[in-house]
Formats: sequence, C-alpha cells, structure tokens
Amino acid sequence: MTTMPKRDSYDVVVIGAGPAGLAAAATTAEAGLSTLVLDENVGPGGQVWRAITSTPVVARDRLGADYWAGAELVQELRASGAEIIQQATVWSLDRHLEIAISAGGASAFVKARRVILATGALERPFPIPGWTLPGVMTAGAAQTMLKSSALVPDAPTVIAGQGPLLWLLAAQILRLGGRIDCILDTTERRNYLAALPHALGFVTSPYFTKGLAMMREVKAKVRVVSGVSELAALGDSQLASVSYVSRGRRETIPAELLLLHQGVVPNVNLAMSAGIEHRWDDRQLCWSPVLDPDGNTSVAGIAIAGDGAGIGGASVAVARGRIAARGAVEVLAPDAAAALTAENVLRTTLAQAERGRAFLDVLFRPAPQFRIPSGDTVVCRCEEVTAKDILDAVAIGATGPNQLKAYRRTGMGPCQGRLCGLTVTELMAQARGKSPEEIGYYRLRAPVKPITLAELASVPKTEADVKAVARQ
Amino acid sequence: MFKRSDQDNRPAVKMFVDGAAIAAREGDSVAAALLASGRDIRRATAVSGAPRLPYCMMGVCFDCLVTIDGVGNRQGCLVPVTEGMQIEIQKGKREIGK
Repeated sequence: MTTMPKRDSYDVVVIGAGPAGLAAAATTAEAGLSTLVLDENVGPGGQVWRAITSTPVVARDRLGADYWAGAELVQELRASGAEIIQQATVWSLDRHLEIAISAGGASAFVKARRVILATGALERPFPIPGWTLPGVMTAGAAQTMLKSSALVPDAPTVIAGQGPLLWLLAAQILRLGGRIDCILDTTERRNYLAALPHALGFVTSPYFTKGLAMMREVKAKVRVVSGVSELAALGDSQLASVSYVSRGRRETIPAELLLLHQGVVPNVNLAMSAGIEHRWDDRQLCWSPVLDPDGNTSVAGIAIAGDGAGIGGASVAVARGRIAARGAVEVLAPDAAAALTAENVLRTTLAQAERGRAFLDVLFRPAPQFRIPSGDTVVCRCEEVTAKDILDAVAIGATGPNQLKAYRRTGMGPCQGRLCGLTVTELMAQARGKSPEEIGYYRLRAPVKPITLAELASVPKTEADVKAVARQ
Repeated sequence: MFKRSDQDNRPAVKMFVDGAAIAAREGDSVAAALLASGRDIRRATAVSGAPRLPYCMMGVCFDCLVTIDGVGNRQGCLVPVTEGMQIEIQKGKREIGK
C-alpha cells in the first residue's frame, strides 16, 4: 500500500497538498517540470479543503461553496501529470534541497532542483487553565472530524475564542444537526476601534458579507456571550465545566466538550529546520519567513507559499502557490513560462485576495491573557511544564527558549514546540522585558517529526557513512 | 461526545479497542473512530500519567498517540481505519517491543 517516490530527483518538490501546494504543483507540472507532491494526510486538500475527495458530507450547502472550490484544484493537479504521494511525512529538508520522507514505517530520499514549501498553518496555542483536560479540543479538530467523518458534537458543548473559523465551524455544526450550548467570544472591545482604519478594505472584501451572514445564522440559534476576558476548563480527569468572566461577572457552565480557537499561525518547523530566516510578525504575533515577492526564502532554491508564508487564507494561498510556481518555471524552463498566467494578473489576484486581511488581523488579535498564561497553567503539553516552572527557570538564569530546554525540557517532546513555542517566546519576552524577536525561538532540527531509530538504522548507507561512525 | 450525522452513508468497518469490537466507517481516522465509539479511550501521558484525549486531530499535538496493530506511539489522527484493526489505548510511554 505504501507508495514511495518513483525517481530519486525531481525538478520541483512541493511539500503539502493544501491550496498553495495544489496550485503550485499543478502549475509546475503543466509547464512540463517533473513535479512531486508530498503530503502527510490521507487525501489532498490540506486543512481548509480536508477530505475534499472523500467527505461523507455530500449536501453541498452544509460545508459551503468555499469548501467545494477545492475540488476543481484537485482535478487540475491530477490532470497535470504531477506525482502525488499521500501519507508521506517529510522529516528533513536541507540547504542542498535533499528531502527525507517517511511513509509506512520506512524512509526514502529525493533531491529537488526547487522546493516549494506549502506546509500551511496550525492553530495558535490557547493555553488556558485546564486546556489539557480530556474534552478540550481545538475548533479545527472538530472541523476535521466534521469534514472527514461527518461527526458533530452531541454532548454539552462550548465554543470559545475568536476569529472567522470559529463562526464557520459553528454554522457547519448546526447545519449538520450538532449541539452547541454556548459561544464565548473573547474578542477585545478595543480591537473594534483599532481595526477601524482597515475597515474599508474589509467591507469591500468577500469576507464581509459572508462573515455577517454566518454570524447571523449562528446567533439565531446559539447563545453568544461577548467580551469574555477570562476562561478556564474545569474538571477532574475529564472536562466538567467551563468558567469565564464577562463584563466583570464570573459564570460557570457545564460542558463535556470545549472547542478553542484564537486564529492560526504559520507552521514553521520544516522551514526553520532548513535554516530559512524568520522574523517576528508584530501584527500576526507569530514567526513568519523572510520572503521576496515571489516567495523565495533566504535559502537558495526554496520558496514558501500559502499560510506558511504568513496567514492569508485559502484564496491568498492559491495565488501565492501560482506565483512561487511561476518563479520555479522561469528558472528551470524559461520557454514554458510564457504559457503561464501573466505575472501582473497573478499579482492582481493576490492583492484582491489579501483585501480585508489587515482588518481581521487587528480585530481578532488575541488578548495577552490568552497568549501569556501564569501560575499552574500548562504551557508545554508534551513535557507538562507550567508557566510558573518557566518563570522560575528565568529567575535562575534561563535566557531564551533554547536554554530553557536544559532547565525544563520544554519543546523537547513529540510535538517539537508546535503547541508551546509561541507561548514560551512571549512568556520569556515578557518576563525578561525583551521583545519576542530578541528572545527568539527554538532551534529546530531534523527529524521534524519523530521517527523510530529502527527506521533511521534501515536507511541506505554508503561505505563512507559506515566508516565515519564504525570502530576500526 | 460526538455523533454521526445522517449525511454519512459510508460502509462500516469493524475494529477492536482493547479487544472489544467497535463500528467505524470507511475513511475514519483511528482517532475519529475512537472518539465516535463512545468508549472511554483516554490515554495516559508518558510524563505524569495524566489522562488525555486527542486535541488537534491534524498531526500536530501527539495527544492521540495509540498502539495500532501492536505498534505503539502511532498518531491515531493520521492513520485511516482498516477492517479488523487492533487498537490498544496506550497508558504511559511506548513499551519496549511495541
């Protein structure tokens, strides 16, 4: 069943089969470049178009038109001649554009002339008290179950947080007959004022009417509490209730399921491990790669497209995927570039798709208390390290995330910092009175996903490899 | 906690959790099938033994770690179910030989 790459080198290797990866790979393959797409999931689509070729939710109005837009792009990719491998985890990418792939418990290596990273986004950590309790999940997790298995909540359910995905998820759950008892909106009131200067771009974007319609649809059926400034998941070995403060009043509601969401951030692990330069983005409060207008990174031959390049959403991802692909075609097959969509058309499409984003970024900027926890709240879920543990380590000399590993093992568990990295950076920055940029991030290295020693040991070796480590 | 929508017409897949048969559907991930089963499928963490359930369902958080057909520490959210699959809820760290 396990598929491995047919060749050992390709003109272009695209990592990730979400909107950006699909668009990029279809473009390079149509232009005649040998193209390999590697994707970790069972089918193409990434997160936003998850299970697009297999979803049991066949009534189109349930998931909405924006979801079904993905089907066309999958068709385009399949017709393009690109080689597509699903359930393939890329665990290494280096400056020589050599890529290590794990699939079905074995590893293979391929070399690329150009790499387009389209590893997308992951949900921003939401470290509230009790967020490790069984029954607390991300909104994205519920949406994944809904799209790929038509599963919806049927126990007392609370959705908490902010951002467009939260409302979309709520609407989808309701359309499929699922249960939502309450939505706790954590959007800060002052954000509405701060976002005003960006309002024109927003009201002229498709987000505006779609977003308003969705909020109306949800608010007609579910109690929504706004201005939530504190949040905690309570229970003993299982979620039992959610406690919150709104307008100075504390309330507790029984719940078996709490779905958290406060936006998404770039999934930087593979890019950072390849040595690509990143900077702290003050507006989106996350690390973003330093890119030229074509998506090229600081490492020659590697471009980044999609939400991994900075959060923009699906339409922006498709446009960036096409632009990065065009860049690869111009270098590797200049004659074929003339047949592609003209650069100025791509740039106009991108600019249109980006409209409204600044407004959303400012309006849904998560509040400090939901990003920077205190006391016994767990920060690192894998190694079970609390905010207090980290502050104690700072007090006795830990200067940044990498020193902190030696004190507390934060970021050294299987998720490799994906669910604690941003929190650790911001928490240490606050404690030390420095900027996140000065504090920095975990030094990430391959393998960026855990693989077994047995798998590493069975990797093909040259005589020189063996001599380098064998006892004489 | 979760129920199947009446939209779902996929064929059933029979699998086993700690020896007990559960009905999954073709295309379910192991983690989704376990959550849909209604059984207590909480794992215990390797560090403190604290109970956990899947958190992200997209391959990021590793809170869905489970033993599948005798192999420990598999990410249940990334593995599709197959007929006759044997699942063990993992209590603590992966055991030697699993």
